[in-house]
Amino acid sequence: MSLASGNAAADNPRRIRFREPQIEMAHGAGGQASRRLIEGLFAPLLFKSSSEPLGDAAHLDFGGTRIAITTDSFVVKPLSFPGGSIGELAVNGTVNDLAVSGAKAEAMVVTYVLEAGLPTPVLEGEVCAMADAARRAGVTIVGGDTKVVEHGKADFMYITTTGIGRPLPDLKVDPRSVRPGDKILLSGPVGDHGVTILLARGELDFEADLRSDTRSVLPFVEALAKAAGQGVRWMRDPTRGGVATSLNELARDCELGIVLQEEAIPLHDAVRGACELLGLDPLHIANEGQFLAVVAAEQANAGLDALHHTPGGEGAQIIGEAREQSAGAVVVSTRYGGSRVIDMLVGDPLPRIC
Amino acid sequence: MKFVDEFREPEVIRRTAEEIRRLADPNRHYRIMEVCGGHTHAIYRFGLKDLLPSNIDLIHGPGCPVCVLPMGRIDDGLSIAEQPNVIFAAFGDMMRVPGTRGSPLEHQARGMDVRIVYSPSDALKMAQANPDKHVMFFAIGFETTAPSTALTLMRAKAQDIHNFSVFCNHVTIIPAIRAILDSPDMRLDAFIGPGHVSTVIGCRPYEWIAKSENKPVAVSGFEPLDILQSIVMVLRQLRANEAKIENQYKRVVPWEGNHAALRAMADVFELRPYFEWRGLGFISQSALRIRDGYAEWDAEQRFEVPGVRVTDPKAAQCGEVLKGVLKPHQCRLFGNECTPENPIGALMVSSEGSCAAYFNYEHRKTAMVTRIASVA
Repeated sequence: MSLASGNAAADNPRRIRFREPQIEMAHGAGGQASRRLIEGLFAPLLFKSSSEPLGDAAHLDFGGTRIAITTDSFVVKPLSFPGGSIGELAVNGTVNDLAVSGAKAEAMVVTYVLEAGLPTPVLEGEVCAMADAARRAGVTIVGGDTKVVEHGKADFMYITTTGIGRPLPDLKVDPRSVRPGDKILLSGPVGDHGVTILLARGELDFEADLRSDTRSVLPFVEALAKAAGQGVRWMRDPTRGGVATSLNELARDCELGIVLQEEAIPLHDAVRGACELLGLDPLHIANEGQFLAVVAAEQANAGLDALHHTPGGEGAQIIGEAREQSAGAVVVSTRYGGSRVIDMLVGDPLPRIC
Repeated sequence: MKFVDEFREPEVIRRTAEEIRRLADPNRHYRIMEVCGGHTHAIYRFGLKDLLPSNIDLIHGPGCPVCVLPMGRIDDGLSIAEQPNVIFAAFGDMMRVPGTRGSPLEHQARGMDVRIVYSPSDALKMAQANPDKHVMFFAIGFETTAPSTALTLMRAKAQDIHNFSVFCNHVTIIPAIRAILDSPDMRLDAFIGPGHVSTVIGCRPYEWIAKSENKPVAVSGFEPLDILQSIVMVLRQLRANEAKIENQYKRVVPWEGNHAALRAMADVFELRPYFEWRGLGFISQSALRIRDGYAEWDAEQRFEVPGVRVTDPKAAQCGEVLKGVLKPHQCRLFGNECTPENPIGALMVSSEGSCAAYFNYEHRKTAMVTRIASVA
C-alpha cells in the first residue's frame, strides 16, 4: 500500500506531524512513540475524521445497521507461555478490543505470516488454541490468508486477526463524556501477562507461580453494561504500556486528571516482587485479560458488584477517580500521603540493574 | 512482602516524617545530598519530598552509572559492535542512553545485534551458546556491579572462553564524592550514603567525609522508611554538632564490606590514572580498567577503539545538575529539547537519573500545582 499517493495527504499536507527519520522499536511498544506515529502519520493520511479520539475499534453505520471493526497483530516470543499462547492471544486480543469499544465480536478473519521451517505440530497447536479461544468467546472464524517468509525473517509466526462485532445496546463509550468524580474500575490484578512473558523468555534466573491473564473481557463488559448502563463512560483493555498508558490516554482525551489510590490497585505478590527486583512499574506492564472502565459515581458500586459476580472478576476494585485538578495527567497517591505522576510508557519496559 | 512492606508501613512513615519536622531547625536551610541514583528514584517514586519540610533540600548526587558515562564511551562500545559477528550485551539501563549516532536500542533497530542481559555471567553464557560470535559485555556501574564483572572475567579465563570480552566502564564512588566536595560552588550539610555500593566497600571509606570535611553520613537502604530514617540520623548529628558515619542499612551493609567481592575486584581490575565523568570532567583514579593478565578479555585491548572525546551540547547543563548546583528543571533544556523520549543528557535517560525521575514523577505535578495556584 502506498501511503504517499493518498488524496487525504494532498488535502491536508500540514497535518502530517510525524518527523522522525526512521521507525524504532518504541513505535510499536504502545506508549508515546506509538501514539505519535498513529496521530502524526496514520490518522491524518488514512482516517476520515481524525478529530475523534482514537478508540479500540471503529463503529460504522451501514444504512441503520451498526457494526464495529478492529484489527490486531500478534508478535510474541516465546510462542507459548504459562496460561496461554500466541493463538489464544490473537483471538482474545481482537475480541477484547471490540468488547471495550462496546461491541460483541461476531466474526473474525485470520492472517498467518509463517516462517519456513516452522514445525507443523507447533502451527497445529496454535490453530487449535485459536479454535478453542474463539469457541469460548462466541466468535466465528470465517476466513483468512497465509503467507510464508524465508527462514530467519520472522520469529516462527505472526498472526493478525480482524474482527467484526455487533454494538451492545445502550452502551456509548467516549472519553469526552467522563466527568469529575467518575470512578475508575479495574477488573483484577495487573501485570500478570507481562511478567509471565518476561519469565518465560528464560533470561532471568528466577521462577514464579504466575500465569498470563489472557481471556475474553466481554463477560465483564456485558455485566457492567447491564448494571451501570448509561453510567459507563469509557472502557479499555490495558495491554501494551499497561494501566498507566491507557489512563494517560484517557486523561489527555477527557482533559481531566486521573487520581489513583496506590493501595487499591490489585497486584499479585509475584508480580510485585519481580517488578521490585527489576525496577519496573507494574502499572506499565502489559495485561491481556484485564479491563478498565470509567463509571459515573452513582453507578460505580453497582458496576463493581456486577464485576465481582462475573466469574474471574472477584478481584475487581475501584482504583481511583477523575478530577478537575491535574488535568491531562495520572497521579498516584501513595499510602502515606506522598504522590507521584505516572506517565505513559516510553518504549519497552527495560529492567534496571546497576 | 518481607523486607519491603515493613519499610513502607504508613503509620511508621508518618511518625518518622514528624520526627524530621521536629528535628529540623526552622531557621536553618538543610542541603542533604543523596549520592545514589537508586535513592533519587525512590525519593520521587514514593513522593517523599511531599513529606519533608520545605527547608530540607535533597540534592541529587552523581551515583547513577549511566548518567556519568561520557558519550564518547558509548560511541566506542558501539563501534566495536559494528564489526561483523559481534554481539553487544548490556544491562537494560544502557539501552536508551544516546551515543552520537543514537542509543544501543536505535542501533538494534538498524540491525546491530544488541541484547539485554541481567548479569555479566548471562553474557558469558551467551558467548558459550554462540561459539561463532563474539560477545562484548558493555560493563557499567560502581562497586555494586564491578565484582560480578570481575568474577565473570575470572570464569572466562578459567574456562578458556575466548569469544567473550568486557568493555569496562566501572567507576568508583569515593573520588566522585571528593570531586563534589572540592567543587567551589557546592554547599552541602550532609550525605545519604549509597546502600548497594556500601554492601561491597563497607562504611570505612566514608570516614574522611566526617573527619576532614565535618559532614555527617548515613548509609541508607532504598525503602521509604530507610531514607526517612537516614534523614533523621543526619539531622540528629547536625543538631548535636557531630559528624560521623552511621549505618542505617545494617540489614544488608557490613561495616567492613564484602571481602570476597573486594578481592575479586582487586585481582581483575586496577585503577585508571584518570577517567572522564560526564559533567564532572576528568577525575584521577576514579575508574577501573582490566589488568594485563586479562588483556585477552579486555575489549579495549582486543579491538580498535576510536577513543574520540565527544563534548555534550553546550546548552545542556548536566554537570551542574550532577553536582547538585542546579535542580533538574533549572536546566535550560529540561522538558523542552530534553525529555525522556528524546534525551540529550543521560540524566534524562535512566530512571535513576535525576532529570528523568524529576520529569516522570514531579515535573507535571509541579506544573499543575502552579497552574492551580495561578487560577486560584
